[in-house]
Amino acid sequence: MENILIIFSHPRFEKSRANKVLLGSIDDMAQVTIHDLYEEYPDFNIDTELEKSLLIEHKIIVWHHPFYMYGVPALFKQWVDLVLEFGWAHGYGGDNLKDKLVFNALTAGGTRDTYVHGGHNGFTVREFLAPFEQTALFCKMIYLPPFVVHGTHLLTDKELKNYGGLYRLLCERLSQGTYNLNEICRHEYLNDWLLSNTNNGVIS
Amino acid sequence: MNAGFLHDALIYLATAIIFVPIAKKLGMGSVLGYLLGGIIIGPFFLGFVGEEGKDIMHFAEFGVVMMLFLIGLELEPTNLWRMRKLIVGTGALQLGGTTLIFFVALIAAGFSWQAALASGLALSMSSTAIVLQTLKEKGLAKAESGKSSFAVLLFQDISVIPILALLPLIIGSSLQIHSDNSATFIGGLPGWRQTLTLLGSVVVVILGGRFLIVPFLRFVASIRLRELFTAAALFIVIATADLMTMAGLSPALGTFLAGVVLANSEFRHELESDIEPFKGVLLGLFFIAVGASINFRLIIDNPLLVIVFVSGVIIVKAFVLNIVGRMARLSFNQNAIFTLSLSQVGEFAFVLFAFISKLGILSDYWTDVMMGVTAISMTITPLLILLNERFVLPNFGTKESVVEKEAEDIRGEYPVIIAGFGHFGSTIGRFLRANGVNTTILDNDSDRVDLLRKMGFKVFYGDATRTDILKSAGAEHAKILIAAIDSPEINMDLIKKTREHFPNLSIMVRARNRIDAYELIDAGVQNIYRESLETSVRIGVDVLVKLGFRRYSATRAGQNFVKYDEAALSKLAAHRHDQDLYIFNVREQIAIQEELLTNDRGVNPTSHDHAWERDS
Repeated sequence: MENILIIFSHPRFEKSRANKVLLGSIDDMAQVTIHDLYEEYPDFNIDTELEKSLLIEHKIIVWHHPFYMYGVPALFKQWVDLVLEFGWAHGYGGDNLKDKLVFNALTAGGTRDTYVHGGHNGFTVREFLAPFEQTALFCKMIYLPPFVVHGTHLLTDKELKNYGGLYRLLCERLSQGTYNLNEICRHEYLNDWLLSNTNNGVIS
Repeated sequence: MNAGFLHDALIYLATAIIFVPIAKKLGMGSVLGYLLGGIIIGPFFLGFVGEEGKDIMHFAEFGVVMMLFLIGLELEPTNLWRMRKLIVGTGALQLGGTTLIFFVALIAAGFSWQAALASGLALSMSSTAIVLQTLKEKGLAKAESGKSSFAVLLFQDISVIPILALLPLIIGSSLQIHSDNSATFIGGLPGWRQTLTLLGSVVVVILGGRFLIVPFLRFVASIRLRELFTAAALFIVIATADLMTMAGLSPALGTFLAGVVLANSEFRHELESDIEPFKGVLLGLFFIAVGASINFRLIIDNPLLVIVFVSGVIIVKAFVLNIVGRMARLSFNQNAIFTLSLSQVGEFAFVLFAFISKLGILSDYWTDVMMGVTAISMTITPLLILLNERFVLPNFGTKESVVEKEAEDIRGEYPVIIAGFGHFGSTIGRFLRANGVNTTILDNDSDRVDLLRKMGFKVFYGDATRTDILKSAGAEHAKILIAAIDSPEINMDLIKKTREHFPNLSIMVRARNRIDAYELIDAGVQNIYRESLETSVRIGVDVLVKLGFRRYSATRAGQNFVKYDEAALSKLAAHRHDQDLYIFNVREQIAIQEELLTNDRGVNPTSHDHAWERDS
C-alpha cells in the first residue's frame, strides 16, 4: 500500500463547495496525508525543508488546486519554485523524486466542452498544464493525466458527491498499486480511466 | 550576633512565611497578612515578641526609607515636574483640609493649640507603604485612583520635611525644647537656624547625588563585583539616611531625594534590583512590627475612646479625601478607591509623634493613644478596601457585570475572554470585533469599563484573578482566554487560576519580553506572544529597505527571523536552567542577549531561498 500526499492549495477553501466535498471524501483514509498549503503558510513563507521531507515520505504526490486564470494559485507556484530545487529535485544529485507518481487534481468553473481548440477557452486542460507535466518529467517523476472536476458552479450536490466518490476510488486504486501505467496514460483525464474501469460508470 | 537576635529574626520571618500566603489565599493582599501576623505574635496574643517590638519597628522603618528611595528612582525629575499640578493641588487640599478639621476638633477636646496643630499634621499623613503595595497588587497603580493616591502620598512625604523643620519654630516661641533633642547636632540651635540647616542638608543631598554618588558608583561598577555594587547601593541609602537623621530630618525624605537625583543616572536599574529585596523584607517586618505594637491594653481600658477616635479619624480623612477626589473629577469608583485607600494614618505619623513627644508638646499618654490609633487605622485599611471591593463597588459603583437585557442565552456567542483592555488588549478586541467575533472583556479600571459599556462592549469589572468574576464572565463556556494584563505577575496568577478552575479554556498570553516568556514556558503555557518581537522585527525590515534591500527580500528575512527566534526561545528556555541560577535581572538580560547574538551569527535565516537565486 503506497501512501499519498495531497498538496492542496486554495486561498478561499472555506467558500469552495467542490473542494470541500473532494477532500471530505478522502480525509479519513489512513494512507492519505492532506497538506493544506494556505493553512500552513498564510505568510507565503514556505518551509522548504519540511516540504522536502514530506515529499520523500510519500510515493504518490497530488497537486490539488482550483484552476485560476488557466493556472494555479500563487502559493502553489511559489511552492514549485522553492521546493523543487536544483541538486535535490533535478540536476546533479537531484534524484529525490525519481519515479514518484504525480498528477494535478483540479476544479474548474468552465465545462469540459469549452476547453477545446476553437472553444470558449481556446486550449485543452492538458495544454494549460504543460509546465507542470514538464516540471514533473524534469524531476524524473511519472506524470499521470489530471483528475478534473469541470463546471463546478453547475454541479448538483449529488453530482458533486459522485466526484467525491471518484476521487476516493482514485486514491484507493493508486494506493493499492493495481493499475497499468500505460493504460492510465492513454486517457486524457484520470476520471476517464476510472469510469472506463467501473461498471456502467456508476460510483456507489 | 547573639541567640536572641537569631530567635527574633526567626519569629518574624516565620510569621511572614505563614501569614502572607494565608492572606493571599483569602484574597486579602500581603499587607493585611503581615499586620494580622504581627498582632497574633504580639504581646497581647501569643506573646512571642514583647515590648522590644518597638525597637524592631525602628529597625524596620528602614524598609520605608528604602521604599522611598525606590519611589524616587522611579520618578525622573521631568516626570515629577509634569505631575506638579496634580501633586500640589490634591496634596495641599488633602493635607490642609484634614489638618484644619483635626486642629479644630482637638482644640475643642481641650488640647493646646500647638499640640492640636502638630497632632493634626501627623494624623493627616497616610501610609505610602500600605497604599502603594495594595494598589500595585491590585493592578490599580496606573488607574486614575492610583495616580491621585500617588500624588497625595508624595505631597505628604515631601511635606514631612517642612513640617519637621517648622515644628521646632512653633514650639520655640512658647515652649522649651527638651534636652534629649540635642542628640542631633543642631539641637541646641535656635529655631530659624535649625530651619536653615534642614534646607541646607536637602541641597547637600541634591548636589552630592549629582556630583559625588554617580562617579562613586562608576568606580564601584568598574571593579565588576556584584556584591560590591549591592554594598555600595546599601551604603548610599544608609549614608543618606544617617546624614538626614543627624540634621534632624526624616531619613525617608532624604533617600527619596537621593532616589530622584539618581533616577537619571545609568545605574538606576541596577540600584533598583539591588535594593528591592531588602526593601521587601524590611517593609514586611515593618508591617509585622506595626501589628505587634498595637496596645490592646489601651483598647481594653478605654474601648470607647479608641473606637471613637479611630473611626473619627478615618471618617474625617475619608470625608476630606472624597471632596479632593471629586474636585480632581474622579469617577465614583475611582473616588471610592482613592478615599478608602488613603483614609488611614501612615507610618510618618510614628515619626512625627515621636518627634512631637520629644518636643514635649504632647503627653506620653496621648502619644501612646495617637500611636495606637495610627497602628489600628493601618490595620483596618486593607479590610476597608476589601469591603469596598466586594460590597460597595459591586452595588453602588460600576457593576461587575451588566444584566443582559435579551433573555437569549449569550453563552454560545462569546467564545473569547480578554483579560486586560489597555493598549494591548484593546487592539486584539477591536480586531476580533471587526471580524465579527464577540469578546467578553475583563478590566479593573472603572473609567475604562464605563466607557467600553457605553460603546456596547460586554465588560466585566474587577480583578480578573477572582474565580467568581471569571465564572460570571462565562469562563466555563468560552473557548479562549487572552491574558493581556500589563503586570506579568497578575497574568501569571490568572493563568494558574484559569488552568485550575477552567481547564476548558485555551490560554493565549501576552508577554512583555523574553524573560516573561521564559517564565511562561516554565509554567507550561504554549501560546506566548512577545510584545518585543514582531514590532521590533518590522522596524528592522523597514531599516533594511531604507538601506536599499528589496522590500520582498527584507520582508522574508523578517518572517524567517521571527520563526527562528521563536524556535530559539523554546530551545533556550530549557537550557536556561543549566546556567548559574544566581545571575538575575539585569545580568540575566545581558547574558541572554549575548547568547542570542552568538547564535544569530551562526544562522542565516534567509538561507532557504536558493531556488530563486539561479540566474534566469
